[in-house]
Amino acid sequence: MSASATDATTADGLPEENPWGAPPRRRRRKLTLDRAVFMAVFLGLPVAVFVIFVVIPIGQALFYSLTDWSGFSPVMNVVGLDNYARLLDDDTFLKALRNNVLLALVVPLVTLVAALAIAVVVTTAGPSTGQVRGLNGSGFYRVVSFFPYAVPAVVIGLLWARVYDPASGLLNGMLTGIGLDGFQDYAWLGEVRAAMPASMFVIIWASIGFYTVLFVAAIKGVPAEIYEAARIDGASRMRTAVSITLPSIRENVQTAYIYLGILALDAYVFMAALAPGGGPANSTLTMSQHLMNTAFRKGQFGYATSMGVVLALVTLLFAVLVFAVFYLAGGRDKKGEVAR
Amino acid sequence: MSAVTLDKQAAPARSDSGRRTPGDALVAGTSHTLLILWSAIVILPFCWVVLSSFKSSKEIFSSPFSLPSQWSFDNYVSAWTKAGIGTYFFNTVIVVGVALVLVMLLGAMCAYVLARFEFFGRKVIYYSMLAGLTFPIFLVIVPLFFVLQGFGLLNTLPGLILTYVAYALPFTVFFLYAFFKTLPDDVYEAAMMDGAGEWRTFFQIMLPMAAPGMAGVAIFNFLGLWNQFLLPVALNTDRDNYVLTQGMASFASSAGYNVDFGALFAGVVMTVLPVLLVYLIFQRRIAGTVSTGTFR
Repeated sequence: MSASATDATTADGLPEENPWGAPPRRRRRKLTLDRAVFMAVFLGLPVAVFVIFVVIPIGQALFYSLTDWSGFSPVMNVVGLDNYARLLDDDTFLKALRNNVLLALVVPLVTLVAALAIAVVVTTAGPSTGQVRGLNGSGFYRVVSFFPYAVPAVVIGLLWARVYDPASGLLNGMLTGIGLDGFQDYAWLGEVRAAMPASMFVIIWASIGFYTVLFVAAIKGVPAEIYEAARIDGASRMRTAVSITLPSIRENVQTAYIYLGILALDAYVFMAALAPGGGPANSTLTMSQHLMNTAFRKGQFGYATSMGVVLALVTLLFAVLVFAVFYLAGGRDKKGEVAR
Repeated sequence: MSAVTLDKQAAPARSDSGRRTPGDALVAGTSHTLLILWSAIVILPFCWVVLSSFKSSKEIFSSPFSLPSQWSFDNYVSAWTKAGIGTYFFNTVIVVGVALVLVMLLGAMCAYVLARFEFFGRKVIYYSMLAGLTFPIFLVIVPLFFVLQGFGLLNTLPGLILTYVAYALPFTVFFLYAFFKTLPDDVYEAAMMDGAGEWRTFFQIMLPMAAPGMAGVAIFNFLGLWNQFLLPVALNTDRDNYVLTQGMASFASSAGYNVDFGALFAGVVMTVLPVLLVYLIFQRRIAGTVSTGTFR
């Protein structure tokens, strides 16, 4: 959230550095009737939609999580924190929580490392003479790599469920095709050991492209002179990537890490398509799936909302942790350098 | 001494061979190999789906690689009619189309006032929108169900459209806010001076000036809304009102082991095609928007 806040201040600071050169002006203008009606309508409509469909439900969620409401009867008893206590004993929920934590640890890390590597290669790993530039044909890789972002996540899940199919899937077909007969009829999503990694791969596969494009854009914003200077000083490509590129786009990496974490803590769409039942022995069940089942199948709406609250809290905790880690990893000093 | 000579030899050699050192060639070679491998992993599943969509279920089960014995569009026809993909497709077009127009209009209005007027509560609205951007929808999915029920909008397309608008609004406002901030004050003042009034100034002057930003955000919203899954699954359970993503998921799971896989593959192709077209046409602008937006 503080990344967003930083952006807000940049946006706020814009009038001062307005490229059009307009001097900063007092923007509190006289309130005429025309202007008052204009602002009321322009602000009122969107804010009303936002309040009714976003803000009020959030408030209600906090309240419902303290009740034993089934959703279909008007009877509703406030049970205090009972739902939360019950969560601690709910083995299925705890399993789902562990799965989500695992997802949040692995998916962002692998995705970002891969996306960064691709971004660095297509922007700065070109020939070591002449202008600093990327590999030839890098545009092609960028377009291809971004493509999964444009495909509905649920379709990606369905598609990969077919690819992983034990008998007629593409993956086992290729593996047996190159002589690995052990994979004949291997159920990638049906084995406890393989289900989670296979699912993770799908999410990573779907996410790398977007973050590659993001990092490519960020790296292109780094002044070329810095790279020229590093090259004159004899820095290798690896050294350039670690000591120059990475610190320069630190904030983007941090924002991306948080977004990917939110995605991994949710993961509903992918998992619902890959293994609607939660996978073998619940090995890929996520909190979101458990929540949907509890609410819309079992009709325990109060209990389900408390899961939603926990999910929101875990998400928040994740964001705070990411900020802390980036801060401790020397973010503060580097930030000062980059800002100058 | 020898180092100097080596350098002197290396320099002309480099320019002769197209400015490439052996190290460059090695890095380029390795990178290209890895990237081509990655591109293959991205593209192959899609090619396989397209191929399979022309095969009969029997052919699909016999071998993943065999070519279809005859190239017919039977699977597409049966997916479109029998599996209801056609209905879902039109539902999606209506929902996404209307929601997109509404969210762009409301988002632009809201962002414009937030960005260019000073008033009490401005920051509160702006920051609560920001917070709405990061909250997991799962927190609100249950109450939302009952809010819609209360309005009598549950399981209706208008209800779905309004929820789509509400949840795409924070993103839209956030991006357009930054955009409206950068528009020059002089133009606004000039329009005012000429007696245009606030309404005309917005619709005839400011909005057209923000067109590039609007286009970028609209593309992102289109992709996001077209791909939306959770909201319809929870709030739109009437089969006649299903949207594509939802219909595909239920098609894949409903029939259990008797799924007509050929039709499923055909359905995947038909779901992906529109977004793929939008992506390929606008991919340059998408890359541009990513760079100028949130993550500057």
